[in-house]
Amino acid sequence: MTKKAQPRSNLVQGTLDMLILRTLLYGSAHGHQIGKHIQQTTNDFLQMQHGSLYPALHRLEERGWVISKWETAPDRNREFKYYRLTEKGRKQLVIEESQWKQMAEAVARVMWPAAEES
Amino acid sequence: MRWWRIGKRDADLERELQSDLELEEEEQRERGLSGEEAHYAALRALGNRTLIREQTRAAWSGAWIESLLRDLGYGFRGMRRNAGSTVFAILIVGLGIGGASTIFSVVNALLLRPLPFRDPGQLVWISNGENYSIQAEQYVDLRDQNHSFADLAGWSGAYSAGNMELTRTGEPERLTGVPVTENLFALLGVEPAIGRSFTKEECEGKYYAPPAVVLSNSFWQRRFASDPGVVGRQLTLDGRPVSVVGILPASFDFASVFAPGTPIDLFIPWPLADKAKPQGNTMAVVGRLKPGAAIAGAQAELSTLAQQLESQHPERNDVKPRMVPLEQHVSGQVRPALVVLMCAVGVVMLIVCANLSHLQLAQMGARQKEMAMRMALGAGHFRLLRQVLTESLVLSGCGAALGLLFAVLGTRELAHLQTFNLPLLENVRIDGKTLAFTLLATIATGVLFGLAPALQVSGYKLREGMQDASRGSSSGRRHGWFRDGLVISEFALACLLLVGAALLIQSFLRALDVNLGFQPERAAALRIDPSFQISARAQANAFIDDVLQRARAVPGITAAGISDILPLDGDRGWQVGAKGQVYDKNNHPEAFIRVVTDGYFEALGIALKSGREFTQSDRESGEPVAMVNETLARTLWPGQDAVGKTMTQDGGRRVVGVVADVHHGGPEILGGSEMYMPMRQTGDYAAIRLVVRTALPPDTLAASIRTALRPVDPYLPVTEFQTLQRLVDKVMSPRRFLVMLLSGFAGFALFLASLGIYALISYSVNQRTKEIGIRMAMGASAWLVQRDVLTGTLRLALAGVALGTLGSFALRKWLGSLLFDTTPTDPAVISGVILLLCSVALVAGYVPARRASRIDPMRALRAE
Repeated sequence: MTKKAQPRSNLVQGTLDMLILRTLLYGSAHGHQIGKHIQQTTNDFLQMQHGSLYPALHRLEERGWVISKWETAPDRNREFKYYRLTEKGRKQLVIEESQWKQMAEAVARVMWPAAEES
Repeated sequence: MRWWRIGKRDADLERELQSDLELEEEEQRERGLSGEEAHYAALRALGNRTLIREQTRAAWSGAWIESLLRDLGYGFRGMRRNAGSTVFAILIVGLGIGGASTIFSVVNALLLRPLPFRDPGQLVWISNGENYSIQAEQYVDLRDQNHSFADLAGWSGAYSAGNMELTRTGEPERLTGVPVTENLFALLGVEPAIGRSFTKEECEGKYYAPPAVVLSNSFWQRRFASDPGVVGRQLTLDGRPVSVVGILPASFDFASVFAPGTPIDLFIPWPLADKAKPQGNTMAVVGRLKPGAAIAGAQAELSTLAQQLESQHPERNDVKPRMVPLEQHVSGQVRPALVVLMCAVGVVMLIVCANLSHLQLAQMGARQKEMAMRMALGAGHFRLLRQVLTESLVLSGCGAALGLLFAVLGTRELAHLQTFNLPLLENVRIDGKTLAFTLLATIATGVLFGLAPALQVSGYKLREGMQDASRGSSSGRRHGWFRDGLVISEFALACLLLVGAALLIQSFLRALDVNLGFQPERAAALRIDPSFQISARAQANAFIDDVLQRARAVPGITAAGISDILPLDGDRGWQVGAKGQVYDKNNHPEAFIRVVTDGYFEALGIALKSGREFTQSDRESGEPVAMVNETLARTLWPGQDAVGKTMTQDGGRRVVGVVADVHHGGPEILGGSEMYMPMRQTGDYAAIRLVVRTALPPDTLAASIRTALRPVDPYLPVTEFQTLQRLVDKVMSPRRFLVMLLSGFAGFALFLASLGIYALISYSVNQRTKEIGIRMAMGASAWLVQRDVLTGTLRLALAGVALGTLGSFALRKWLGSLLFDTTPTDPAVISGVILLLCSVALVAGYVPARRASRIDPMRALRAE
């Protein structure tokens, strides 16, 4: 099955952090799962090499927003390093979410001023 | 993640990435790719693993420690690979930093560290005019009437080495005792370790019969084995009983600060009121300023006071108080020399850095490929720069460790040197400041010599590095001028040092050459003050006659005489005049006084210019006579013959002879007027020193003399013979110290510069092998090639030497203050140094030149 050449967009580092935190909001996952999830959820728009995930994950861990642990996968007989959101991370997600929204609104106001008028 | 889990983190990340890969591979296989294709697809999906690792590591805290450790590891590996040049580099850094730290310790001890007294910044040295001492009566009035000083104290200069004799307690021994005022120790802030210092009553006794003594710590340890029971005991000094009232602490070393070269054993009270004590200008005075008072104000006040005293007491000697901070007085004389040494050491370090820079550049050239590879793998310019600097800092650090070892040994040597008359030398040691200085020097050295290769690395272009044709690459040629510049600067700096050293050596030799007016070579002196009391002049003269007769009978002694003061060992003087002449009070002639017997001039080798010397018959029954030196003769009777004239001394003494001038202060100080009086005709002497001329070595001589003199004085103390030569050496010792050290540095600099130019020429010959091969194939003779290489070498050397000579011209005024009888632009010295450097350069270039001329053209052309 050939893939169509998809336009790839390069994610800014902060945005990637936000996406990872969001992905982990409803449960823990390991690196591969996180990457696959982001890719699938955006319909392959946000394609990235998994490699860029790992520095981000470790950075998040340094800041105390996620915590990691080696656990056996439920359906296999293998161990993966699972990442889980912490309380701090939850709070950080809220902050980043509101920042993103504000930025999106500001951009929208410039781009489509008429839509503002009500 | 804690830093101690660094190793584990790496393994952990590997495991994580591996599991991701496997998962991805599985998924790709499920999509239908074959095993190998799936594997590669998984790898592509993951991305650049090395980059991932680096980025993740960067995200970890303490990552900088990790990369630092890794850089250190690379550094050590690189050093092991080039073991030869590493050892060389460590050695020269070690020598350079060792020398720098040693000199800094000396500077620290002599100039930077405050004097070992309480509040040394408030202490002031007060002298009379140009380095004279102050009369005791004037001192008392100045002390009592001033308002700027909390106190004035002092000691009498009327002591000399071995001026007191200890008897009846073990071996008789001559000791050196300094008479001090009651408040001296308190003023300096020195508390006796055991016992007390003098009371007021003790300071109002008699000078020649002190009731109490305070012992110095070193003497107490040496003679009484640190027995605290000594305090309160009675000792017999000069035949009289004195009680020991205190012991000074080990931290107080009077001699080290005020009288370098003469160990002081004890202190006696200086009774200001006693008329029988040595009169005249005898006191050295130290003052402690009141808090808040400034020296300028104090100086003005004392000068005014002195003028008042002059009009109130015209019978006293004048006093013109001159004040300097005590620190400046103690080490002011050695300051210029120490500054020169510090600069010399700095210059040597620069040369070391230039040499190592050159070395590193050459090594970097060979590592171009490695650097290019690392850049391709994603290392930033800054990262590579950091690594190169880390490597050079490691090298510098290893060298500094070695250097610190050298410095420890060096300072220990210096602190124990007895032969140099430098103040505070015993205090030289490695302390916190020195260590801080060493650290700074290490870092500066590492950065300096790592800078050039580091910058070269950051200028690398990727493609050039990766290509194989790296020999003779443009980056090598681009930095050719930089290398040349390094060698030229090495030569310039070495030239500067050599010129300085050569000028100082010449000054030293000229000082040695000065005609001292006497012959120190085979003259020796022994103090023979009798241990029994002498009450009448007749008894004293009989003693003198006996001693001289027996001394002259000892085989091996060619001449013997007696004097009270030796040249270079002290001075006393007063105003003298010719009978019948009137002198202006402000311009009265003064002379240094010596009381001598017959045979003195012969023993010391002082030439008689006219008239006759003293004889045995110049005694109390005869006419009072005197002798003068040429300067005094010229001063009192210009243009006339002094023999036969009368002087006003002692009611009238006739001059019977004129002798040559003697440099009694040292080779560099002009002697003044001197007057000699016969010992049998006066009682005004404080010491009896036997002076002999002999070819025997000092130990046998001492033994023979003692045996010969035993019948006269059975308790003659066991002291060494003092050779006059040793006195001269001691006076010359500060200059000798400077010359030795500076010559050492200059020699080291020359060695480094020659190595530098050898390395450069060698390297350039290697680079140009192909070119030389072509030229030889086209007909150039071996001689032509050699000449070419040598000309290139000479050109570099001359450029460096020209710069260095210009530099020495620019510094001539500053250098001139240290020289004696030598001009700073002495053409002989400068041309000598130029010649030396050029010949060294030619010798250094000779081996590579021969190698160049031996290049086989065919092999050279093929080898590319």
